[in-house]
Amino acid sequence: MTTQELYEKLKSIQEPKGYFFNGDMQMTMDLLESLLVNKERYGYMACPCRLASGDRELDRDIICPCVYREPDVAEYGACYCGLYVSQDWNEGRIPHVTVPERRPSDKLLAALLGGED
Amino acid sequence: MSHSTPITLYALSTCIHCKHTKEYLERCGVPYNCIFVDKLTGDEKKSMVEQIKKINPKLSFPTLVINDEVIVGFKEKEIEEALRNL
Repeated sequence: MTTQELYEKLKSIQEPKGYFFNGDMQMTMDLLESLLVNKERYGYMACPCRLASGDRELDRDIICPCVYREPDVAEYGACYCGLYVSQDWNEGRIPHVTVPERRPSDKLLAALLGGED
Repeated sequence: MSHSTPITLYALSTCIHCKHTKEYLERCGVPYNCIFVDKLTGDEKKSMVEQIKKINPKLSFPTLVINDEVIVGFKEKEIEEALRNL
């Protein structure tokens, strides 16, 4: 699947849910490219901005769209990696801030120690 | 190839914020070491994660170390100021 195909497929699914792609198209396409890289690498679309373990079950919470997207977009107008944003964020009605990591670090440690080959 | 520089960037090769941090450091023309933790494997990866956890308990990326200052996330102003204090 190409980045463009992924873009069109996801856009039609996610926008009706209120999740819009980042208006910075270069950033959006880079992130979609990274999702395809992770799909190839791990077999699932792990969040490009989080360290995946390679164990799908332990990484379930960071498979895009991650479980943290909803609270992050609600609070900051953007998800952690910046792929999905709110309309307000895209139209500059809310400030663009660095979204802090919501995922508990022990999940990552468990995934890395548990998921390692 | 590692530089002798007080700047180390712990990053992920797929992370856009890490990419923007790298681009910013390159625009500033400062030498830095970049470690793509997602490209490491086995014990090397685990010990690197343990090392990062000491300076950034959230284990998030980018984690940028300038001298002994730790900047988590691509925060241009904080990086600019830390570089000025070098």
